Amino acid sequence: MRERKRILQAFFSARSLERVAMAGISTVAIIVLFALLSPIAFAQTQPAERFVVLLDPAHGGTDSGARLDSETEKAYTLAFSVRLRSLLMARGIDVVITRDSDATVDPSQRAAVADHVHAQACLSLHASESGSGVHIFVSSLAPVQQNSMLPWKTAQAAWIERSTALAGVINSALAHAGTTVTLGRIALPAIDSMTCPAVAVEIAPGQSSDNSGATSLDSPDYQSRVADALAAALLEWRSEDWRSGDRGGRQP
Amino acid sequence: MIPRHQSILFIVLLVASITLGVVLWTTLDRAHKRMLASQESAPTQAPQVAPSEQATLMVANDAENSVTPRVFSLPLPQNPEARARAVLGKLFDLDAAPGATHPVPGGVSSINEVFLLPVAAGTDPAAARSSGAPRSGSAAGDDLAVVNLAGTFVSSHPSGLETETLTILSICATLHANFPTVTEVRFLVDGQQRPTLAGHADLTRTYLTSETVPAQGANP
Repeated sequence: MRERKRILQAFFSARSLERVAMAGISTVAIIVLFALLSPIAFAQTQPAERFVVLLDPAHGGTDSGARLDSETEKAYTLAFSVRLRSLLMARGIDVVITRDSDATVDPSQRAAVADHVHAQACLSLHASESGSGVHIFVSSLAPVQQNSMLPWKTAQAAWIERSTALAGVINSALAHAGTTVTLGRIALPAIDSMTCPAVAVEIAPGQSSDNSGATSLDSPDYQSRVADALAAALLEWRSEDWRSGDRGGRQP
Repeated sequence: MIPRHQSILFIVLLVASITLGVVLWTTLDRAHKRMLASQESAPTQAPQVAPSEQATLMVANDAENSVTPRVFSLPLPQNPEARARAVLGKLFDLDAAPGATHPVPGGVSSINEVFLLPVAAGTDPAAARSSGAPRSGSAAGDDLAVVNLAGTFVSSHPSGLETETLTILSICATLHANFPTVTEVRFLVDGQQRPTLAGHADLTRTYLTSETVPAQGANP
């Protein structure tokens, strides 16, 4: 009798071990499967869930840009982009910046950053003493339909319509803030290679808020007015983006 | 004791020296004034050999961000390339004049040469593709203008998106207005390719005049 019990115990313990082993293998297999699939799911959902704005302070390092009254263009655009980044982040918008120090960044690197982060709006920031108000430029490339392969130098051609729409939103916001705006088109290597709605914004001396005279680029009030208007425009752009359901900067 | 004839000779020579000195001084002064007068009139003085003709210059305006046509009567040579250079020289003179609406120093010396080449033979296909523009519009008889700018002009050009864009638009539109067969424009600086005009506008691409010619008085 005892022999039989011992045989049964040994049998059941072996079966239990086997079950435990099977359960373990199944669990590991499921975990491995999830681990393999998760990057795909992440890649599919990530661009659609995030709203990313790329800020590109022009020039930097050995390239000083234009000589302004009191400083160089590279210093001005960096300071302005830091101000604008703070405003956007306070409004819950993810911001990627092409340079946050006095570093040399060539146009290809700037475009590569924009293309990598899947930005929904790309702003190339400039400053100049010539002209007045804010000058908004879209790439002068002729619009084309998006193909599977885009030439690097003219990749922006597939985003021209979206870039023009973004320029319109920025134009409205700046005009609403009482800033003079001029629109134009330009051949600018940095934005010509960007695969996102891209606009070059050049800040020139403006009019004071009470129209009493010209305002210099250094005026904190003027800088604040322009930065607030740009932040408001990007918020509007995000809401339009969500309303239209076209959530990706990858979809021109 | 100095002999009398030597004293007379000395006085005569002294008077002659003083007279020659005065004559020389007056002649030099006149020559200097003549030279200054010729320099002042150089940019607008018409060569006697060429008849005056009407030329349309597309003049840029920084305040309005616009390019507007203005008609001038200019003495223009018969050779098309020299003619194009003369027209652009006048355009640069306007920009260099005091009170210009698009101030850019340099004047007529800003431009070295203009070459006019048939589009089919003169255009680098890769460069044309890089302009992003369709090539289907090109027809036989279309010309590519290669504008060779002076290095001094480029180095003294104000830096900025708007001002550089207006300079390029102004050049392209002026060429197209006076030479309708010019459909494409490329830029060199002292015979070499240069990335940008003054840090912004791309000088490596081929500009199509159809894209750069604005409506009259309109923003580009």
